[in-house]
Amino acid sequence: MSTTLPAYGYEPAVWLGCLLPLLWLLAAAFGVAELTLGANPVRELLHFTGKTGLNLLLLTLCMTPLHHLTGRLEWLRVRRMLGLFAFSYTLLHFMVYVVLELDLDFSDIGREIIKRPFITIGLVALLMMLPLALTSTDRAMRSLGRRWQALHRLIYPIAILAVWHYYWQVKADIREPLLYAAALTLLLGWRLHRHRLRQHRQHRQHQR
Amino acid sequence: MKDQPGYRILPSEITSESLFFERRSVIQALAASASLGFAGLAEANSERGNIAAPGKGVLSDPKFVKNARFSVSDPVNSWDEITTYNNFYEFGLNKDDPARRSQQFQARPWSVEVGGEAAVRGRFDLEDILARHPLEERIYRFRCVEAWSRVVPWLGIPLGDVLKRFEPTSRAKFVEFTTLYDPKRMPGQRSGVLNWPYVEGLRIDEAMHPLALLVVGVYGKWLPNQNGAPLRLIVPWKYGFKSIKSIVRIRFTERQPQTSWNKAAPDEYGFFANVNPAVDHPRWSQAKERRIGASLFASRVDTLPFNGYANEVASLYRGIDLRRYF
Repeated sequence: MSTTLPAYGYEPAVWLGCLLPLLWLLAAAFGVAELTLGANPVRELLHFTGKTGLNLLLLTLCMTPLHHLTGRLEWLRVRRMLGLFAFSYTLLHFMVYVVLELDLDFSDIGREIIKRPFITIGLVALLMMLPLALTSTDRAMRSLGRRWQALHRLIYPIAILAVWHYYWQVKADIREPLLYAAALTLLLGWRLHRHRLRQHRQHRQHQR
Repeated sequence: MKDQPGYRILPSEITSESLFFERRSVIQALAASASLGFAGLAEANSERGNIAAPGKGVLSDPKFVKNARFSVSDPVNSWDEITTYNNFYEFGLNKDDPARRSQQFQARPWSVEVGGEAAVRGRFDLEDILARHPLEERIYRFRCVEAWSRVVPWLGIPLGDVLKRFEPTSRAKFVEFTTLYDPKRMPGQRSGVLNWPYVEGLRIDEAMHPLALLVVGVYGKWLPNQNGAPLRLIVPWKYGFKSIKSIVRIRFTERQPQTSWNKAAPDEYGFFANVNPAVDHPRWSQAKERRIGASLFASRVDTLPFNGYANEVASLYRGIDLRRYF
């Protein structure tokens, strides 16, 4: 369906927008234009990549509601790109953790994943993103048919785990994680509400 | 508190005989030095550490002697590393908030209220507290509970020497410290992240230990606001949150003080909070630490028991289960 639509400039724009956080990271890591990762660069990289992944994940979840509200297909066309960038930043987040934070010490990595529930659920969320990223091609969409949609509903538990992971690692100030939780509740609540409405309508049609 | 483990100090140890007879002279000295302001106001123009004096001008740099005996030989962190990456929730939650949001804070004039189980009580000007002790520079390791660390050249005076002047009684088993509460000057206090004001505490024998330092400066300068100006504690064998900043109250107590982080999350932050690689924080390991200022690809270094000060302080905790009393 996407091939029949004319290509607008918004796709490259979204693509560039998704690359901006990475460009900032690289600039700060190499000290370009007096940017810096601060006194604890590993911690900064870890938080920044994680937060960017989470932001993009929630942004991805905004696309379907925006499509329904506006009736425009453009939202759906950038949804896949946003989702793939969300996955990429989350993967980067994991790599920073394993390579820079834990120095690729495999006994440390294993121990931390098992011992710290917030690390465990973060990893579970990342692993659940993997099949979604792998089946994001047009070909996979066609060959999976209705099962594709069922599979990609995994994004709901993924988002819940991601926000939970964020909430759990905060030291004292839970205001921001709660804000993310509220946004997620809104996004998932909207879908639930729509789903119920549709069921209700179908039910009434059957009665007639 | 008889059930407090390892409480070893005898009442007679707290007020020595000589000090007892010195009492009068101490009180007289405190009274006399009240009129002593900052003698040396200078128009210093170095780019760091300029502290406004109560009147006009800028305080001249502190005079101090280096104390090599109590200093470590690790490479010292830079001024920027020490003054731009801070946990000081009174000025915000991000690490760069304290440096950015404390610039307007006026740390002079300053006084400290001393009370509780002590013979000498009252409100004392900071200058009076400092006047009788030579400032020492001590290079200490600093280990944050968040598993990062750095090496800092503090300027201060031994906490015990100051506390003794207030003549704690035999009932003084703990010392409680309180940070300034003033949401107008400390914007972070407008949010309810912690129960303000910030409170910390030590057992009296910990407080009297020669390593415990009452700090007023860093890098040969008076303390910048973001590091806890004008008066803070440094207890180098404990996690950083024990080293309370901007102290306005010192109270000698019979009971263990209710300390801020311990109250906020008792399963995560103990009252003792001794640096211990064998006891993890529930959400992260304390076995290693990241040195501030190390390169992006540098490995973490091993955390040492009591932050490397085990020879000096381990005896304070003899017979205590450090896993239980973390």
